[in-house]
Amino acid sequence: MAERKPIKGITKDRTEKLIADTLAEMPEKAQKKRAPHLGANEPTASTCAVKSNKKVVPGVMSQRGCAYAGAKGVVWGPIRDMVHISHGPIGCGVYSWGTRRNLMQGVPGVTCFPMDFTSDFQERDIVYGGDPKLDKLLDEANELFPLAKGFSVLSECPVGLIGDDINAVTKKKEKEFDKLVVPCNCEGFRGVSQSLGHHISNDSIRDFIIGKFEFKEEAGPYDVALIGDYNIGGDVWAAKPILEEIGLNVKSVWTGDGEVEKIAATHTVKLNLIHCYRSMNYMCKVMEEKWGIPWLEYNFFGPTKIEESLRAIAEQFDDTIKDNVEKVIKKYRPEMDAVLNEYKPRLEGKTAMLFVGGLRPRHTVGAYEDLGIEITGSGYEFAHQDDYDRTAPEMAKNTLIYDDVSEFELEKFVEEFKPDLIGSGIKEKYVFQKAGIPFRQMHSWDYSGPYHGYEGFKVFARDIDMAINSPTWDLVKSPF
Amino acid sequence: MAEKKMRQIAIYGKGGIGKSTTTQNTVAGLASLGKKVMIVGCDPKADSTRLILHAKAQETVMDKVRELGTVEDLELEDVLKYGYSGVKCVESGGPEPGVGCAGRGVITAINFLEEEGAYTEDLDFVFYDVLGDVVCGGFAMPIRENKAEEIYIVVSGEMMAMYAANNIAKGILKYSSSGNVRLAGLICNSRNTDREADLITALATRLGTQMIHFVPRDNQVQRAELRRMTVIEYSPEHPQANEYRELARKIFENKMFVVPTPLEMDELEELLLEFGIMELDDEENVGKVENA
Repeated sequence: MAERKPIKGITKDRTEKLIADTLAEMPEKAQKKRAPHLGANEPTASTCAVKSNKKVVPGVMSQRGCAYAGAKGVVWGPIRDMVHISHGPIGCGVYSWGTRRNLMQGVPGVTCFPMDFTSDFQERDIVYGGDPKLDKLLDEANELFPLAKGFSVLSECPVGLIGDDINAVTKKKEKEFDKLVVPCNCEGFRGVSQSLGHHISNDSIRDFIIGKFEFKEEAGPYDVALIGDYNIGGDVWAAKPILEEIGLNVKSVWTGDGEVEKIAATHTVKLNLIHCYRSMNYMCKVMEEKWGIPWLEYNFFGPTKIEESLRAIAEQFDDTIKDNVEKVIKKYRPEMDAVLNEYKPRLEGKTAMLFVGGLRPRHTVGAYEDLGIEITGSGYEFAHQDDYDRTAPEMAKNTLIYDDVSEFELEKFVEEFKPDLIGSGIKEKYVFQKAGIPFRQMHSWDYSGPYHGYEGFKVFARDIDMAINSPTWDLVKSPF
Repeated sequence: MAEKKMRQIAIYGKGGIGKSTTTQNTVAGLASLGKKVMIVGCDPKADSTRLILHAKAQETVMDKVRELGTVEDLELEDVLKYGYSGVKCVESGGPEPGVGCAGRGVITAINFLEEEGAYTEDLDFVFYDVLGDVVCGGFAMPIRENKAEEIYIVVSGEMMAMYAANNIAKGILKYSSSGNVRLAGLICNSRNTDREADLITALATRLGTQMIHFVPRDNQVQRAELRRMTVIEYSPEHPQANEYRELARKIFENKMFVVPTPLEMDELEELLLEFGIMELDDEENVGKVENA
C-alpha cells in the first residue's frame, strides 16, 4: 500500500508543538502519564508511537466505559434470540438498554428479545447473596419466554464483590432447561476500559457456547462467518448481501442480529471474516488454533476499501469467487461513481478528526478519503497496541494520534487543527456543535446508517455532506 | 437542652475469646447500676443478645429485610427488643458463611437504626459487639465517624489472642487519625495461662493503654449461659457477678482513652519470650518436625 500524501499544513513541528502546549497546561504527574499516549504519525514505523490500554489519568474527563458495557453493549446485546440478564442493581441494565442501535429483526418476545432483563439487586441480595434470585429469575424468564434460545448472565460490580457463584447457577439451569445458559463475569471494575468486557465475553463464548451446536444445512466450500459486525443502523444487512453476491455462504454473524445456535456452530466454517478486530480477534484466534479456521480482516467502509477487501477475500477461494468479485465490483462501480460525482465536489479538500472506540478511527479513514476528506487526527477510546500498529499506515505522515484522549486535549487539538468535521461520540457531540463545528456521532451513526457496504456508503456520503455543508453553521455565532 | 453524652463503645477481639459473654455481662452490670444501654450485635451469628433476652436467637435486622424485601419496609419495633433491666437489643444479622456480604449487613443495619431513631437521647451507653475477624470495611462500621469512640479489646494470655489484639490496635490507630476513635483498654478474659495478668498488663503498657480488668475464669458463667442468662441476673450474689459489676464500674469511670501504639512483630515476640510463652530455641526449630 502506497504511503499517503502529506496533508498541507500538517508538519511534525506543528503537531509536536500542539501536543507540548496541551500537555503544558496539565499538572506534572498528568503530563508524564499522558505524554506517551499522544504523538505525530509515522506511517512507516513498524510499531505506532503511542501507548495504549492503560488506566485513565484520574481527574480528566474520559469517554471510556467499563467491562460490563463492553460485554452487554457490544458482544452480547446484539444476539437477538437470547435473553440477556443484567445481573445486579437496576442502573447498568437500564442505561445500556437499546442505546447502541444494534438493530434486530424478529417478533419481540418470540424470536427476538430486545427487552431489559435485570435481577434488580436490593440490600438483601447483597447481604445474603444473589444466587437464589438468579436461579428464580432464570426460571421465570424461561417460563415467560420459552422460545428464547438461551440466556446470558452478565455480572455487574456487586456480584464480583460479594463473591456470588453465577457459574454454578448457570450450569445447573443449563441442565434443567436443556438450552444455553451462559455466565459472563464482566464486573465493571475489571480492567481499564470496555475492552476487557469484549475479551471476557469472547472467553465465555469459547468456554460455554462454541462447538455446542451444528448447522442444520450441510457444510460447503464457501461457508464463512461474519465476525465483529454488530448491525449498527443495519450494517450487517448491507454487508452480508455483498458476501452472498460473490458466492459466499454466510453461516453466522457475530453478533449483529445474531442467532446463538448459529454462533455456537461457527467452528465448522471455512473462513472467518472479521470487521471489528478489537472486540472479536480473541475468538478468531481460538477458532484458528482449535479448529484450524483461518481468519481475515476486511473493511467495508467506502468503495476503495470494499474493493480491496473483496479481492483479498477472493484470494482465499477459487476462480468462481474471484470472477464473482470482479463482476460485483464492476456492477457497483457506476453506483459508487454516481455518489462520488454528487458529493465529492462539495467535500474535496475538507479535513476531519476522529475519536471513536476500537476500530473506526482507522477503518473509516478510507471512506472519508473516497469523498476527498483528509483525516488530520485520529484516536481510540480503548484500542491496544495492535490497533495502533494497524492505524499508522492508514494515516498521513505527522497527523495527530491520540489514545484515550481527554475532553480537554481534544478541544485543544480541534482549536488548532480546525477540522471541518469531527466524528466522535455522544459525549463530544454537543461540546463541538456548540462551538459551531460540524459533528457526526460515529458510535451509533447518529441515528442513521447503515454505513457498511455499498448501500452504507451512499448513506455515509449523504450524512457527511449534510453535516459539513449544512447552511446552519453559517447562522451559528460561536462565542468561542 | 441538657448535655448528656451517650457513650458508644465497641468490643473487638479474636473469635471465640468471649466478647459476647463479656459484653452482655458488662451491660447487665451497667444496667444494674441504673444505666440505659443498647446492644447492637454486629455478627451474622446473632448471639450478642441472647443472655439479655433469654432467647435462642433474636430476629435480626437482615432477617426482616430478607423477609420484607427491602429495608425501607422495616419498622424499628420489628427488630428492637427489650431484655433484662430494660436493655435494648438489636442484632444486625447476615448470611451463613460463604455467601453474600456480611459486612454490608452490618452497614445496612446500623444505617437503619440511625434513620429510624434507635439512638434515643435517654441512652447512656451503646455497645457494639463485633465479629472477631474484622475482614472488611463493614465490620469497621461501628467505629466510623459519630459511632463508637471507645474501644475495648477482649484478650487472654494466649499467643493468638494477643496477636489479634495487636492487629486490632493497628486498625484503631488508622481510624484514630481520621476521627475520635480511641483505645480504652484491654479486658483480660482469663484462660488460666501462666502469669496472665502480668502479661496482659505488660501488653497494655506497650500499647499505651491499660488492662482495665482481669476477669477470672469461672464455670458459673457457663451455668448461667445454659439458662441463657448473664451471671448478674442468674446469681447476683456470686463472686463472678461482682467481677462483671466491677468491670462495668471501671468502664463507667474510665477516662483513659488513647491513640494506641501497636507493636512490631519482633516486639510482640520479645514480649512473649519475656513471659515464657515462647522459648528462645523455638526460633531455631521453626519448621522442624517433632522427632527431627
